[in-house]
Amino acid sequence: MDERLTISTHEADRGSAQAADRFRAVAGDKGLVDVAVGTVGSPVGELLVAVTARGLAAISFEGEDRDRVLDRLARELSPRVLMAARPTDDVRRELDEYFRGARRRFDLRLDRRLMSPFAKDVLGATARVPFGRLATYGEIAGRIGRPRAARAVGAALGANPIPIVVPCHRVIGAGGNLTGYGGGLPRKELLLRLEGSLPSE
Amino acid sequence: MSRRLPPFEGFLEANRTTVFRYLTAAVGPIDADDVFQETFLAALRAYPRCTEADRLDRWILRIASRKAIDHHRGVARRPIPVAAPPERPTEVDPGANGFGPAVAAVRDLPARQRDAVAYRHILGFTVADTASLMGCSEEAVRASAYQGLRKLKEQELKERAIWTND
Repeated sequence: MDERLTISTHEADRGSAQAADRFRAVAGDKGLVDVAVGTVGSPVGELLVAVTARGLAAISFEGEDRDRVLDRLARELSPRVLMAARPTDDVRRELDEYFRGARRRFDLRLDRRLMSPFAKDVLGATARVPFGRLATYGEIAGRIGRPRAARAVGAALGANPIPIVVPCHRVIGAGGNLTGYGGGLPRKELLLRLEGSLPSE
Repeated sequence: MSRRLPPFEGFLEANRTTVFRYLTAAVGPIDADDVFQETFLAALRAYPRCTEADRLDRWILRIASRKAIDHHRGVARRPIPVAAPPERPTEVDPGANGFGPAVAAVRDLPARQRDAVAYRHILGFTVADTASLMGCSEEAVRASAYQGLRKLKEQELKERAIWTND
């Protein structure tokens, strides 16, 4: 009797993958997803973007462990985290425009819940460094009234949950050295070239 | 809650195949997708309040079982608008598409027998796991599964008779 009751694993996997995709779309449209996660292709690799009702909460770079990214979103925002493209459409559109040189400033609402109070100050000051300009870690420290905290500023920038849109890549060392970047120095260089702050190759 | 809830995305990926297999048997391959949607939408609504983070696989199957029952009630209430109903609803050939020949008849079993057969013989759970999932004794699981399998066998013999008499 048992083999007469089999459902092939392949069949169930294929059918359930389609059903799950339909579910993701419906759940997003019904507003049941607290953290919608989508992917955005870019010259610095595929980005994972996370959007809540408050706005854009996180961007992570290709190569970061996707499960760990989703785990953190579930832990710190809500367990109702789902891959749902539609709620991330605005973010995708603005990033696309930025990467093809048609946008210099993002108009996205931000969800800052993944930032500590200190990081909120640091990243707030960083967000005011315009496209095509640079600031040093010390300058950012000075602008938030903590002139001796350049090192802590560097750490807060390194942990920026919303890179690119909060432009931590525009903050460099006092000697003009790029110093470091959460997504790796090659990405920082590429972003600064794109903005004309470094000579293009 | 003994453990933290994982992101719903991971929970969906980890359980979608099992739930789909269960529903393919419990409501049939045509309606499995619709009831899958109902099941996971109900789960998503309730998820933040879920207290069974350590046994989410059971939690989702219990929701799926309730949604299958709702589905069968809805189907039963719906009037059948045909003068001469066909012998069997025309559906996918149960022998093709990766389904065993007896799968299509599981959905017509009474609810407890349906679940006992689906959990034990399609998903391959132990009697103990099936009992805990169904909230009944192991003896009750054995009895329901036995009655269900016997009905499937009778159904199969009946169909074979119809075909050979043709």
